[in-house]
Amino acid sequence: MTRSVLMTARVGVVTFPGSLDDKDAARAVALAGAEPVSLWHGDADLKGVDAVVLPGGFSYGDYLRCGAIARFAPLMSELVPAARSGALPVLGICNGFQILCESHLLPGALTRNSSLRFVNREQRLRVENTSTAWTGDYTEGQEILVVLKSGEGSYVADEATLDELEAADRVVVRYADANPNGSRRGIAGITNEHGNVVGLMPHPEHAVEALTGPSTEGLGFFTSILAHLAARTPAGV
Amino acid sequence: MARVVVDVMLKPEILDPQGQAIAGACSRLGFEGIEQVRQGKRFEVEVEGEVDEAKIADVRRLAETLLANTVIEEFRVHVAS
Repeated sequence: MTRSVLMTARVGVVTFPGSLDDKDAARAVALAGAEPVSLWHGDADLKGVDAVVLPGGFSYGDYLRCGAIARFAPLMSELVPAARSGALPVLGICNGFQILCESHLLPGALTRNSSLRFVNREQRLRVENTSTAWTGDYTEGQEILVVLKSGEGSYVADEATLDELEAADRVVVRYADANPNGSRRGIAGITNEHGNVVGLMPHPEHAVEALTGPSTEGLGFFTSILAHLAARTPAGV
Repeated sequence: MARVVVDVMLKPEILDPQGQAIAGACSRLGFEGIEQVRQGKRFEVEVEGEVDEAKIADVRRLAETLLANTVIEEFRVHVAS
């Protein structure tokens, strides 16, 4: 029997105080066919997971800045070096994206929506990079319908950083319709230089089932990581 | 006990929609001649004993690490009089 038959990919979902979408993220992981593993912010233990999702919500009440305090959680001391090296795939959704930026795993920052209003709606995105660990199951240019719900979702970075992101094809998803929050160049999500760390403001985990989501087109993020991990596991070991 | 103050402001090139909303309210309230408002944060850090160069350096490190996100914000550290 091969290793791939015996092993199910284990994807950790981190809960911080104030996390909101950890259960939905775990459910999306399970629907994609992986085993969700609960990780606690206060334990510096990744439990040997193959990948990690930092879910949406309001960690530490968004005090100081969104994600600024979560960045220093004991778990993050394990996660950050593993993610930075390219070894550990990490997906940050909404507050998770903010945490990734505060951790300097991704460049730039998320600031108050230009409208000053909390945006809560179905949102069309264009997938622009399908070579990351989390987007391999999409096709380039594919439009997907997911959910956007954030008050501080305006992606900002200096012009040189934005140019660098575009030149290196590190913009993963862009808002397909009108820019909902003032994000520079309509950027909804980006990746790091290795393609293992992806952060995005909209919520793919809320678009995985017809009953509760506007589509099931968000599931691709979670099936992509499975395919990525399977391809990485040496065959026949 | 002494107090060290850290003022944090968004960098000038970063859009400040809150400041713009406040500026809009100023003109509605009849405060004339106000061209721009930018909103920031002030942290008052109480430190043990006398404030010396080493303590100020510590607070500056705290500001860089936690109080400000230097990607979008700049900060100023000074001793409260």
